[in-house]
Amino acid sequence: MLAMEYRGPKRVRAVQKPMPEIKHPQDAIVRVLRTCICGSDLHLYNGNVPDTRVGSTFGHEFIGEVVEIGSEVTKLKTGDRVIVPFNIACGECHFCRQGMFGNCHESNTEATAVGGIFGYSHTAGGYDGGQAEFARVPYANVGPTIIPEGMDLDDAVLLTDVVPTGYQAAEMAGIQPNDTVVVFGAGPVGIMAARCAWLFGAGRVIIIDKEDYRLEFARNYSYCEAYNFEEIGDPVVFIKKTTDWIGADVVIDAVGAEAAGNAMQTITGRKLLLQAGSATAVHWAINSVKKGGVVSIVGVYGPTDNLIPIGNVLNKGLTIRANQASVKRLLPRLIEHVQNGTLNPKGLITHRIPLAEVADGYRMFSAKLDNCIKPVMIP
Amino acid sequence: METNVINTPIDPKQIPGWGVDADPKNDPTYPMRARMNVTQDPDSKHRPTLQPLEVEKLRSIERPNVSAVYGTTVPPMGLSGAIRRLAFKYSENRYRHWLPLIVADRVQVVEGILDDLVHGTVPNIWAEKGYDVEWKHNRTAFITKMATIAALTAGTIVWLSSGNKEKGFRRRDNQRRY
Repeated sequence: MLAMEYRGPKRVRAVQKPMPEIKHPQDAIVRVLRTCICGSDLHLYNGNVPDTRVGSTFGHEFIGEVVEIGSEVTKLKTGDRVIVPFNIACGECHFCRQGMFGNCHESNTEATAVGGIFGYSHTAGGYDGGQAEFARVPYANVGPTIIPEGMDLDDAVLLTDVVPTGYQAAEMAGIQPNDTVVVFGAGPVGIMAARCAWLFGAGRVIIIDKEDYRLEFARNYSYCEAYNFEEIGDPVVFIKKTTDWIGADVVIDAVGAEAAGNAMQTITGRKLLLQAGSATAVHWAINSVKKGGVVSIVGVYGPTDNLIPIGNVLNKGLTIRANQASVKRLLPRLIEHVQNGTLNPKGLITHRIPLAEVADGYRMFSAKLDNCIKPVMIP
Repeated sequence: METNVINTPIDPKQIPGWGVDADPKNDPTYPMRARMNVTQDPDSKHRPTLQPLEVEKLRSIERPNVSAVYGTTVPPMGLSGAIRRLAFKYSENRYRHWLPLIVADRVQVVEGILDDLVHGTVPNIWAEKGYDVEWKHNRTAFITKMATIAALTAGTIVWLSSGNKEKGFRRRDNQRRY
């Protein structure tokens, strides 16, 4: 089968690989119908996530049609078309029972902080991902959710990660009616977080990035104010000024390890890998939220150390919430939102790329070429 | 879609779905566990069926066992594999766990190129880096970047070469003196 293969930092290709096999009685094999390149795939692509092994196949955003099931799979049958949450969750462990499907303890042997994730390095379990014609899906009774009849496949594939992550970012922030919400990062997740902030009753939503085309997209898709941090001076001062010098009620970090905007963070975090990625967005979030406010983090950082202003967290009395999205927990509500038109995920998709041209897709998304917001691949 | 062309606050009540999920009890400090009404777990020792251990699986020392399912892709091998095995002797809490893994990743890139060559494949670095699309959409910046890299590389080579000659001259000079 054709599959994406990682060869080193900024080097990927499409190759022929062996078909995936049933390895566990709760496994299913799916034929991939849609798969996306995610902004957090770029952390792998750029070589920032430890234990990203040459020969791996990325791809944690995919939907597919079930073609084979293991002996313990009871909730799916061949021919079913399913949304596959990006996190691999057993549904039985201490954490899954608390709804923390992104923190499953029975899907990742190599690390304990994070559960298993499709195609996201051995730090997240060493699973091949869905940027391929077929994929192995463990715990098929738990994660995969049948695509409702009539749902557009382009909407469905964005329910695997982008929509739940954006929604959970807003949910974790504990938004109260008329709160001012600032989102750092106008990538697909940031744009979705900004849009979901309204669902929780935000009174004002501001998004900040450095790419004008993304800001323009966010302004229209998420109905929010959008500012280029290279044009507003210090973004922390700007946010204070525009909130009567109080600070935002809530700030969402939807950037993660690839943040630009601070030379010291860029050099130590992105270039020298002496910390777990550039923590610029976290810095700005902590320093621009009001005292007693909430910082919600869904941007992905690697292990282990970060230079973040924890003293300000203490002095300002902040609440910080952060996690991988628990897709399984959120899917029923989000499917409702898509079906009744409240959310329009496929509106984020700007590019369709054949799997054979995956290297071009990564370069385009990574270098932000051709006004790319969200690329989808159809194997 | 209504176009918001200027950065001015807009009336949120005009936005589809505004406030539909608002809940005053949505306190971010509210315990996550309460969401699933978990009070007690009478079967906390239960585990899913275990996947047979078919490949070498490195394991965090912060857990007593291999997870019930695991990925089977790219087991450790070669020099990079040896470095990874060393890293997994230490806790996730330590730099000596993560930094060797980053080193192993870089070593494996070289191993990957050698493996390609051994199997008769010459890696097409241009295509793997997606330079076609960069050339198409970002030509001027791409040429500038490549020219800068070439100039820096050439300058470094020239500087190192001249340094060697000078060192050699001094060495000969020293030999004459003594």
